[in-house]
Amino acid sequence: MCLSIPAKILEIDGDSATASVGGAVVRTSLQLLDDVQVGDYVLIHTGFALQKISEEEALETIRIIEELQQDGDASASGQGQ
Amino acid sequence: MKYIDEFRNKDLVDKLVKAIHDISRRKIRIMEVCGGHTLAIRKSGIPGLLPETIELLSGPGCPVCVTGRRAIDTCIALARLPDVILTTYGDLIRVPGSVSSLDEEKALGADIRMVHSTLDALETAKTNPGRNIIFAGIGFETTTPASAVAILEAEKQNISNFYLLSMHKLMPPAMATLIEQGVKIDGYIGPGHVTTVAGANMYVPLIDQYAISVVVSGFEPVDILQSVYMLVKMAEEGRHELEIQYKRVVTREGNVKAKEAVERVFEHCDDEWRGLGLIPGSGLALRKEYNAFDADIHFKVDVDPAPEPKGCLCGEVLRGMKRPDECKLFGRVCTPANPIGACMVSGEGACQAYYNYR
Ligand code: SF4
Repeated sequence: MCLSIPAKILEIDGDSATASVGGAVVRTSLQLLDDVQVGDYVLIHTGFALQKISEEEALETIRIIEELQQDGDASASGQGQ
Repeated sequence: MKYIDEFRNKDLVDKLVKAIHDISRRKIRIMEVCGGHTLAIRKSGIPGLLPETIELLSGPGCPVCVTGRRAIDTCIALARLPDVILTTYGDLIRVPGSVSSLDEEKALGADIRMVHSTLDALETAKTNPGRNIIFAGIGFETTTPASAVAILEAEKQNISNFYLLSMHKLMPPAMATLIEQGVKIDGYIGPGHVTTVAGANMYVPLIDQYAISVVVSGFEPVDILQSVYMLVKMAEEGRHELEIQYKRVVTREGNVKAKEAVERVFEHCDDEWRGLGLIPGSGLALRKEYNAFDADIHFKVDVDPAPEPKGCLCGEVLRGMKRPDECKLFGRVCTPANPIGACMVSGEGACQAYYNYR
């Protein structure tokens, strides 16, 4: 139940907001998070926005994985499903 | 970027799986302590992608699973009181107590309402001034701030018929207790959303004391595989460190505002965990200043200690000592439609996750 979902902020009204979660619109409280702006992606959990999602860090995570392959042994075959 | 599909990308999954196979030599045991991870690992078939050197264990990461039978019985006793409306998150409703569940009590006429947010419970209190509204609060660091906000709002708005039954728990004491109890773990996959709120620094004492690694992980297959890779790499290099894979939301400090709200409202207390027993300082109780909202103080119900159902191995499953399919009741007597133990009730419970993705 600790699972939280990424949601895009659509409209802000005081300390609450509407956000889009994969097309569905939900309401969320902003009481636990400062400086939220329309267009930001946030994590929502039990009706509260808990953290902003950093695009910069997300891209960096992916870049690190992409660079892994170059270090690895290119001759070994892939082990994916 | 939508932050979901990017982390389910097959090429990235393949790269990570290959990298793990390339570097893994030592046998290691990795435990996840978040029900969300348990579910994601089973659903995406990650165990089948890993080399035999790596063993994945599920730990006490599902809040309804670790909530003891006595706590469930207390909720039931409260729901039976006249003039009470018991509100809670959906997960708790079907957990069996010693004689019934909240679901069965509801069918018998108790006023039990599922809410999505503590603010809905507060709204219920406002619209039912003649009744006592109890919110049965479960969950770890992720969920606690919402309960703290509800108490602060109830105080601010002078809502005198709202009460919290705090069953909230803290993750690091349980992670330490498992090691103390002799469960052999080389590294923890750290719970991503617990840590989003509480901050990764909370694992530093654990790492210092037990020479163990923690990698705080996201919930998509790429996240989990990258976390496994990071743990394997540390093991191969003989390091025990704290690393964050889920950097897009997790920081060392966490959500300071949420932590302040929790700190204002709650203090640490000893708490009973299913399977792990009484763990000092692992629970959260309302501070004295908020006695007026404390269901424990306002409603006296007598509930006896309750043993686990016969044959159920939830206690061992929650400590990673037994796999769900080692329980004789698993899949035969105990199924999601007819759960015997708490670990089969929630989709994030190890037994249900194993059952659904066998
Ligand atoms: S399968 Fe059912 S009875 Fe067995 S440990 Fe899991 S929840 Fe308990």
